[in-house]
Amino acid sequence: MIHSLFLINSSGDIFLEKHWKSVVSRSVCDYFFEAQERATEAENVPPVIPTPHHYLLSVYRHKIFFVAVIQTEVPPLFVIEFLHRVVDTFQDYFGVCSEPVIKDNVVVVYEVLEEMLDNGFPLATESNILKELIKPPTILRTVVNTITGSTNVGDQLPTGQLSVVPWRRTGVKYTNNEAYFDVIEEIDAIIDKSGSTITAEIQGVIDACVKLTGMPDLTLSFMNPRLLDDVSFHPCVRFKRWESERILSFIPPDGNFRLLSYHVSAQNLVAIPVYVKHNISFRDSSSLGRFEITVGPKQTMGKTIEGVTVTSQMPRGVLNMSLTPSQGTHTFDPVTKMLSWDVGKINPQKPPNLKGTMSLQAGASKPDENPTINLQFKIQQLAISGLKVNRLDMYGEKYKPFKGIKYMTKAGKFQVRT
Amino acid sequence: MSAAPAYSEDKGGSAGPGEPEYGHDPASGGIFSSDYKRHDDLKEMLDTNKDSLKLEAMKRIVAMIARGKNASDLFPAVVKNVACKNIEVKKLVYVYLVRYAEEQQDLALLSISTFQRGLKDPNQLIRASALRVLSSIRVPIIVPIMMLAIKEAASDMSPYVRKTAAHAIPKLYSLDSDQKDQLIEVIEKLLADKTTLVAGSVVMAFEEVCPERIDLIHKNYRKLCNLLIDVEEWGQVVIISMLTRYARTQFLSPTQNESLLEENAEKAFYGSEEDEAKGAGSEETAAASLPARKPYIMDPDHRLLLRNTKPLLQSRSAAVVMAVAQLYFHLAPKAEVGVIAKALVRLLRSHSEVQYVVLQNVATMSIKRRGMFEPYLKSFYIRSTDPTQIKILKLEVLTNLANETNIPTVLREFQTYIRSMDKDFVAATIQAIGRCATNIGRVRDTCLNGLVQLLSNRDELVVAESVVVIKKLLQMQPAQHGEIIKHLAKLTDNIQVPMARASILWLIGEYCEHVPRIAPDVLRKMAKTFTAEEDIVKLQVINLAAKLYLTNSKQTKLLTQYVLSLAKYDQNYDIRDRARFTRQLIVPSEQGGALSRHAKKLFLAPKPAPVLESSFKDRDHFQLGSLSHLLNAKATGYQELPDWPEEAPDPSVRNVEVPEWTKCSNREKRKEKEKPFYSDSEGESGPTESADSGEQMAELGSSEGVSRPGLSPPFPLSFSEQSEEDGKRKTKKKKVPEGKEASSSDEDSDSSSSTSESEMSSESEEEQLEPASWRRKTSLSTPTVTPPSVQPVSPPAIVSTSLAADLEGLTLTDSTLVPSLLSPVSCVGRQELLHRVAGEGLVVDYTFSRQPFSGDPHMVSVHIHFSNSSDTPIKGLHVGTPKLPAGIGIQEFPEIESLAPGESATAVMGINFCDSTQAANFQLCTQTRQFYVSIQPPVGELMAPVFMSENEFKKEQGKLMGMNEITEKLMLPDTCRSDHTVVQKVTATANLGRVPCGTSDEYRFAGRTLTSGSLVLLTLDARPAGAAQLTVNSEKMVIGTMLVKDVIQALTQ
Repeated sequence: MIHSLFLINSSGDIFLEKHWKSVVSRSVCDYFFEAQERATEAENVPPVIPTPHHYLLSVYRHKIFFVAVIQTEVPPLFVIEFLHRVVDTFQDYFGVCSEPVIKDNVVVVYEVLEEMLDNGFPLATESNILKELIKPPTILRTVVNTITGSTNVGDQLPTGQLSVVPWRRTGVKYTNNEAYFDVIEEIDAIIDKSGSTITAEIQGVIDACVKLTGMPDLTLSFMNPRLLDDVSFHPCVRFKRWESERILSFIPPDGNFRLLSYHVSAQNLVAIPVYVKHNISFRDSSSLGRFEITVGPKQTMGKTIEGVTVTSQMPRGVLNMSLTPSQGTHTFDPVTKMLSWDVGKINPQKPPNLKGTMSLQAGASKPDENPTINLQFKIQQLAISGLKVNRLDMYGEKYKPFKGIKYMTKAGKFQVRT
Repeated sequence: MSAAPAYSEDKGGSAGPGEPEYGHDPASGGIFSSDYKRHDDLKEMLDTNKDSLKLEAMKRIVAMIARGKNASDLFPAVVKNVACKNIEVKKLVYVYLVRYAEEQQDLALLSISTFQRGLKDPNQLIRASALRVLSSIRVPIIVPIMMLAIKEAASDMSPYVRKTAAHAIPKLYSLDSDQKDQLIEVIEKLLADKTTLVAGSVVMAFEEVCPERIDLIHKNYRKLCNLLIDVEEWGQVVIISMLTRYARTQFLSPTQNESLLEENAEKAFYGSEEDEAKGAGSEETAAASLPARKPYIMDPDHRLLLRNTKPLLQSRSAAVVMAVAQLYFHLAPKAEVGVIAKALVRLLRSHSEVQYVVLQNVATMSIKRRGMFEPYLKSFYIRSTDPTQIKILKLEVLTNLANETNIPTVLREFQTYIRSMDKDFVAATIQAIGRCATNIGRVRDTCLNGLVQLLSNRDELVVAESVVVIKKLLQMQPAQHGEIIKHLAKLTDNIQVPMARASILWLIGEYCEHVPRIAPDVLRKMAKTFTAEEDIVKLQVINLAAKLYLTNSKQTKLLTQYVLSLAKYDQNYDIRDRARFTRQLIVPSEQGGALSRHAKKLFLAPKPAPVLESSFKDRDHFQLGSLSHLLNAKATGYQELPDWPEEAPDPSVRNVEVPEWTKCSNREKRKEKEKPFYSDSEGESGPTESADSGEQMAELGSSEGVSRPGLSPPFPLSFSEQSEEDGKRKTKKKKVPEGKEASSSDEDSDSSSSTSESEMSSESEEEQLEPASWRRKTSLSTPTVTPPSVQPVSPPAIVSTSLAADLEGLTLTDSTLVPSLLSPVSCVGRQELLHRVAGEGLVVDYTFSRQPFSGDPHMVSVHIHFSNSSDTPIKGLHVGTPKLPAGIGIQEFPEIESLAPGESATAVMGINFCDSTQAANFQLCTQTRQFYVSIQPPVGELMAPVFMSENEFKKEQGKLMGMNEITEKLMLPDTCRSDHTVVQKVTATANLGRVPCGTSDEYRFAGRTLTSGSLVLLTLDARPAGAAQLTVNSEKMVIGTMLVKDVIQALTQ
């Protein structure tokens, strides 16, 4: 299946290569560089590039291209999904996935890749198992290893690999038994010029951090499970229980994982928590344009909106902007024409406002496109869909765990057209 | 690009000076001044005895490999360390070896013996890794050794080693394809493996080595379907795509003549518009063709595949979702395909690479099945932050989805897109508008007007693209659009984009009679600039000249000649050719060529309007989700998706031999009937069931359905009947003396059979031979088969499950009723609830009676024995307010008014333990005192026996594999080897019913937990010399684990 993997940084250096079958010369990447040049932007590089003898499938994350080389027919999503899994694993191992980190831990990276694929077919991809096979580097372990000469390679077959719950390692022990669940909802919306909603939907996830001793069997139930229209589960969730009782029943993996992601049914009208008033105008005659944005709360259920940032890609004709915000800071990059305004918290009494002028290229006609405004915000302690977790029960273990649940609403892809 | 230096580095070789050596000091980022002596010290380090030095050296070497540096000259030094004790050094040596063995074959052979030793290691991890490395060394000489190792590993005890063996198969095959026949044998063997760990890997090996040997799948088809949900994600993808191909060869097309029944039943659920529209028509046609063709009935195995893959649409892995989606697209009846849309739309939230692939597939699907995605139209709206390639794909989908009703909204969206800064995207939008205009006649004029407005856009690219699209649209009705053509003609002065200029010229030439005054002028202008034009424009100028010459030779004769002369000396031979050809055609020469008389017909023939088609049309002949589909070209190793067969191949090939246990004289007959058996109830109720089984279960509202989806067709009526019968049975059962029950063993015992049953017995015996589903069918159509009088015989525990389950139990009466009667009350001895001293004279014991509790079938009935050993009467015995954990419920016993000294009494109370072994705490009150007591049930008492045939048992067991299975090995003591004692001990520990079994040293028991009704299946496989293996399959894993513990304790004591 997957023949080789090349890691390429943004300046076009191949800084790591791994082959699972015979060696494929790195010159095959030239086809990739060609495509990259054609695409001009990194995100426009086609994920699948056919070459005379190979196919190159790539994903772009953290400013690194992960390019897999394959030779025969294979579902492209299989490879793409795997590459993303590789990135997730690196992130899990090293905290961040970046070129310097990978270079620093090149041996661990190589060993992990060796375990993840055998002859190009995925072997162990669950991070719980991988971490038992190859222990992630920590400062303490690095010190201990240097002194005692011990290694960070496990010599036992991870029990999880053979057990009935392959995602959980065995013999987990904690003094504080805790289970935290974060319900995070994102609003994806497109708002048109006049402020009416063109499309809006809510996508949610439940991320869990479970640190429980032994083999706990958890059930999580919702007050209003009917809200969930479409769901996808971590493999640990028993599908039958969900089908019949709308209860999440599972033996959790150890540590952080995404329990479920869901989509709230389209029938429910989405409450849009913010409004954006804008007045952006270019005049044909003068080389100045007017610019004004006001952001304010709309339907927030009494919560404050925090972490608001506004970004907008200005037309090419805009040379510079002189703006004054009523709060927060703003920057305008004259090269990329990217305006960003870090607003912070919204005070409902005094909606933040950014006002000023744009200087346009002299002589050129006014740009015929208006910029789109992208919005980011956060609302703590609120799930905008109204989803509520009813209770969390634990079976199979005797102790009493500490349980916590947190709700949060965020802007997903939230765009205002002007 | 910096690729060039990187590449030359690769060739630089190890000895090259200035070779950066990475890994030694990572912090400084790769710019090192190093010399080739480095390799000498690496060799030195490898030769020392110190593991830490070796490790350091190996790490540096691996870092070099990772950077793509050549480290092959270290081979001899490294390979020596293959037997190193340090596990990490060893691992790194393996990594090195696999990388370079191909280049240094002779030296690599030195390491082989180490691996051969490793293959015999008691540690499964070492066995597996030895096999892994051995098979990864691509040295042809060791092929026989590899073959031997694979064969051995394929029958290894450890499933992990077997999985590694499966992985090794394609490696060996790619090394030496002559081994194919032997490898197929191994594959065949591994395909029969029942563990989920192996399944994915072996199917992958199958796909790489012998995808054409579809016959190997037959016997494993059902098993693979049932295991699927527990296989890891990567395996699921491979298995699903293989099964898609398999199904295409083995089943009939569900779409070619969908039966009336199916169409109607399904429409209510997934009525997509397309189907709606088709519905009326197809009913007639179906009705007409009905006598001619027999109605299509889906093969139960086909249904099984669809049903078992559907839950995987909820997988977190995009690859799995896509695999299921393509399976449904290629295999499911039209009405059911709709379910995949939601899941695919969900994937659009994922990474942009995933979006890219999914959108490509959605684009193909949306051409075939537009109705499917229509509800999700808005999910394809484009955001300014999407990458261009995603935008263009979304546009494609939006265009495919546009129809009469939604076109206004779609066009409004398109309008906003046109003002985007992304010019490629704008161009694509204009084309999309053109396509909408051709497809939907109603909006053609609106679109055309919009496009004409775009002609005054400042961006030349936009104008050019509009011109090209307008040209195509105008061809449809040129007569009305003289004005537009005039407008376009004026544009020739400004537009520089060749394609647009060429389009305008062609339009003017083609419709010169609509613009008779302008056309010659345009030609005049073009003649002036002819030499500076692009080739494509020059060709059109020649065309224009020719056409004008033919229609208006007076004005244009000289111009045409001038243009043709210019073209005659053009650099491009195409243009020279065209000029020569045109001249001969239009200018009458002396020979009076026959052709020139027809020149007008040739040049100005009416031309059909072009059809604007999606580039995704007909892409679905490639299997969706495949690489070939994405590239729209056959990729290496692509397996064509076969067409449906005309006639269904023999479905019996998928039947798996089951050891005979019924006294079945006619084997042939049984085999025949066995087929629908696997279909569950779906065989006949298939069309109505299908995707909807989940909802049905919810309707039933009973947890019993959980473990057997689709097994319980809703019969609300039968419920009420049963509960009435329930009561009757209770009373009846109590009359049966306990002692007798205990003594009668496995043999047929008719002691409990009432007269009514014996009436039935002949019938039930007959039915016993019939498959379950068939049975149910008859019982539905002829209700007389199940007279209420029979019901009391059916086992109590499953009364409430469903009629179907009842009937199953019923028909097996003579062989399986026994164990329930056998469940001995005495075997769970009396346990003390309240001691004489603590109770101040009141002694209370309890036993688990194992009889169904009359009030509530979910309760365990507990017999409580009171005796008064004091010398005063105890009055008003009752249960005080219980403080119970969540879910646990108690049905109190009626108050005992008075208990005289020395007297005893027995009361029955019911406790719903909620399938847990948590203790029920309550107060026992007398008039004067309160005692706190608690009852904790052994896990074996939380269930009630269930009756099933061996086949059913196997099937249910198949559903409860993977994490629901707990296996333990044990040694049976000498005293405990006879059938009788084993059965007795197991049934004493747990309230399970025995399931008949074909082989003598295997014991099977089945039960359901009382509260949730989850199946608990217990298998004891006794091997010679006392070794035995105990397997419990249950959805309730906690119960399973505890049960295993308890049963082992009981057996080994």
